Amino acid sequence: MNSTTAFAEERNPTDWQGDAMQKRIRKRYAAERRFKALGLGAIILSAGFLAFLLIVMVGNGLRGFTQTELPVEIDFPAMTGGASASQFEGANAAANLRTLGVRDIVNTSVEIQYGEQGTELFSAGGWQAVSAEILNDPEIVETKTTLYLPAESEIDVAYKGDGSASAEERVAELEDQLSTGFNWNFLSNSDATDPMQVGIWGALKGSLITMFITLIIAFPIGVLSALYLEEYAPKNRFTDLIEVSINNLAAVPSIIFGLLGLAVFLNLFGLPRSAALVGGLTLALMTMPVIVISGRNAVKAVPPSIREAALGIGASQMQVVFHHVLPLALPGILTGTIIGMARALGETAPLLMIGMRAFIATPPSGIVEPATVLPVQIFLWSDEVNRGFVEKTSAAIIVLLLFLLTMNALAIYLRNRFETRW
Amino acid sequence: MTGSILFLLIIVLGGIAWFFGRVKANRFAANSTKRGEVHSLPNYHGWYVALWAIGPALLFLIIWNIASPALITDAALTSPAAEQLPQDPFARGAILAEARSIASGQQVQAFNPLSTSMVEPYKTAISYYRTIGMVAAVLLVFACGVFAWLRLKPELRARTKIERITMMTLLFASLIATITTVGIFASLIFESARFFSMVSPIDFLFGTEWNPKAVAGPRGETGFGAIPLFWGTVFIGAIIAMIVAIPLGLMSAIYLTQYAAPSFRAWMKPILEVLAGVPTVVYGYFAALTVAPALRDFAVSIGISSASSESALAAGVVMGIMIIPFVSSMADDSIAAVPSAMRDGSLAMGATKSETIKKVLIPAALPGVVGGVLLAVSRAIGETMIVVMAAGLAANMTANPFSSVTTVTTQIVQLLTGDQEFDSPKTLAAFALGLVLFIVTLLLNLIALRVVKKYREAYE
Repeated sequence: MNSTTAFAEERNPTDWQGDAMQKRIRKRYAAERRFKALGLGAIILSAGFLAFLLIVMVGNGLRGFTQTELPVEIDFPAMTGGASASQFEGANAAANLRTLGVRDIVNTSVEIQYGEQGTELFSAGGWQAVSAEILNDPEIVETKTTLYLPAESEIDVAYKGDGSASAEERVAELEDQLSTGFNWNFLSNSDATDPMQVGIWGALKGSLITMFITLIIAFPIGVLSALYLEEYAPKNRFTDLIEVSINNLAAVPSIIFGLLGLAVFLNLFGLPRSAALVGGLTLALMTMPVIVISGRNAVKAVPPSIREAALGIGASQMQVVFHHVLPLALPGILTGTIIGMARALGETAPLLMIGMRAFIATPPSGIVEPATVLPVQIFLWSDEVNRGFVEKTSAAIIVLLLFLLTMNALAIYLRNRFETRW
Repeated sequence: MTGSILFLLIIVLGGIAWFFGRVKANRFAANSTKRGEVHSLPNYHGWYVALWAIGPALLFLIIWNIASPALITDAALTSPAAEQLPQDPFARGAILAEARSIASGQQVQAFNPLSTSMVEPYKTAISYYRTIGMVAAVLLVFACGVFAWLRLKPELRARTKIERITMMTLLFASLIATITTVGIFASLIFESARFFSMVSPIDFLFGTEWNPKAVAGPRGETGFGAIPLFWGTVFIGAIIAMIVAIPLGLMSAIYLTQYAAPSFRAWMKPILEVLAGVPTVVYGYFAALTVAPALRDFAVSIGISSASSESALAAGVVMGIMIIPFVSSMADDSIAAVPSAMRDGSLAMGATKSETIKKVLIPAALPGVVGGVLLAVSRAIGETMIVVMAAGLAANMTANPFSSVTTVTTQIVQLLTGDQEFDSPKTLAAFALGLVLFIVTLLLNLIALRVVKKYREAYE
């Protein structure tokens, strides 16, 4: 007793109110605030990068959905020598249109209106819009009509405010005639050499076909392996090997799958290059581990009481799994599948390896035809020198991001709507 | 196209077989007098008949598709036009291959006039064997289906048989992952072996000059020294990207787990995860279009005139941004795994939150964080599109972040696009690079998983 009091008297108690101590506490609190601010800063910086990226893409890309147009007055009765509207209705419409020579009609009209060099102001494929217009509304061939045709790419870029000096001059001359319209071509055309005529439909269709093949291969295999590994697999060396290879495949760089596709599907099996079939197979091998891993988690989450109840009333092991466990685990499996598919949809590198980088100007109509996909199309356009492609690339990126966003939103919706917490 | 119609036909016939099997089994069930006389439900009888009808026919078609090209070639060679063919096996093979692809509609025009003469015999042979195959497959469907239908009786253990087949299907499905792994390994090793028979592995792994375009002859190649590529990969993926990703990812994770209000966390976590969901080709375009020119202008303004528009820095920074959510979620997990007693103890001693984090949580979570960083590095070095679009092709060995370097993945893409001849070391080098990449990422993953696992066990 004595000794402790003596000890206390020997030491000076900490003077919490003293200057030195207050200073020290202030310093520690300042460090605390700095650290917290640093953390917040890191988050804001990361989110800022995302915002910056999206703003750049949307800012560039929105212009890709519009096109600069010039009016052309076409005196159809004079030019065609009196074609009637009925020629362009029904079965023979396309053939009659070809004999009409729309291209020459448009070029002559342009030259009358804009002088000898007038055709240089217009996009080379612009006359196709007139053909489409005639098929759409045959009445116009009996009248004198003014149509708006896409301007040439440099003028288009300059009118949107990003062009070269010479193009700016030409824009200044035409200022009062230029107008902006929605670029329907961009949604309905395929790849082209003229940026005014390019579209994403070919690439989008290729992507959809490829994704379909990926889905019908990766989904059944993924679900069945998840069921096997969770419900049936005995614990032994062999199943360990399967498990290790699935986890390992999930971490293999995607370009390696491209090498596999090249060596096995193209060189060994002799499947056609650039085809959606090969792309889908390659992406399926890449997506399958994702589906297996998420599927196993979903199956694991189904409580054992469900299995026991089903077994108890006489269901066979297989009936328990396919009638009870699988339906209950399905929302979780689907969520994982959609996330895996979204990743496959954005994948580029493996598809470059199997030759899907060719210039393909017509949308694919089958699984073995040469095709390209949206991310590869973005990559190809990003390599183009022509400045008109900058906004098209960004516009294609907007479309791709919209698809990914929709898929992820669907996955989140499924998770919230159907997933049961036991 | 006829192939898929045949396939659909077989599936439809299978459906009909299922129906008939079911009808017959339903009749047993209706006639049965005591419980348990019919072993399986009618559905299983239906599946039994359907699988019998479809299975052998599909198996036959697969074998037929593998075997028939040889038969077709033999038949075509017996035609009179084949007598003009040259004796040299290579020229002969080329002509036959060309004729076959014209006959099957893959190619329109022949380069060699001799192949045009072979087209007709090929066409007749192809249609002859195709008809045989189709007729045989359909007959097989009927024969096997009727056989199975006749075998249906009340005591047939249809369910057990179906379940055994389902079990085999499950096992086979889970084997596909293993087959794929083996396939990757085998194809990489096989093509790399061919490459190393032309270029010495020592030259490849330790050479310092990378210039595959300059290589001319089939022997005595130089210019396959991959050290500059390895350096470029490490420089971009493991150094620059990590300098960006580790501080940002780690600090984000710390703020979100330790400081942020739940509502802020609920919003920011998905937003950060969006960064991981953006396709890499978008990052690549962003790096090439926006980041790289900005960095070059900056470098020129501070007096580095040699700055390249395809700089290692641009690719590395953008790659780092892509990796942030990855590092952040790994750090999140490992901090959450630290027992709360350690944290509470430190706070009870009067340490501030940041002191607790710096002196207690981070050291305790370090193995997990290191494991996460290793995984992030393995992902960064395998990343392709960003470096292809932003990093350039010049194989420089430089530590200057403003100059251009090239990486393993860029070179794989570069070597395999454009004209491919499958015997040239130029094309095969891509597989050797792929093998190195595969082994390195595999090792990094194994080490990282082991570190994370060991560390988890330490606290359990």
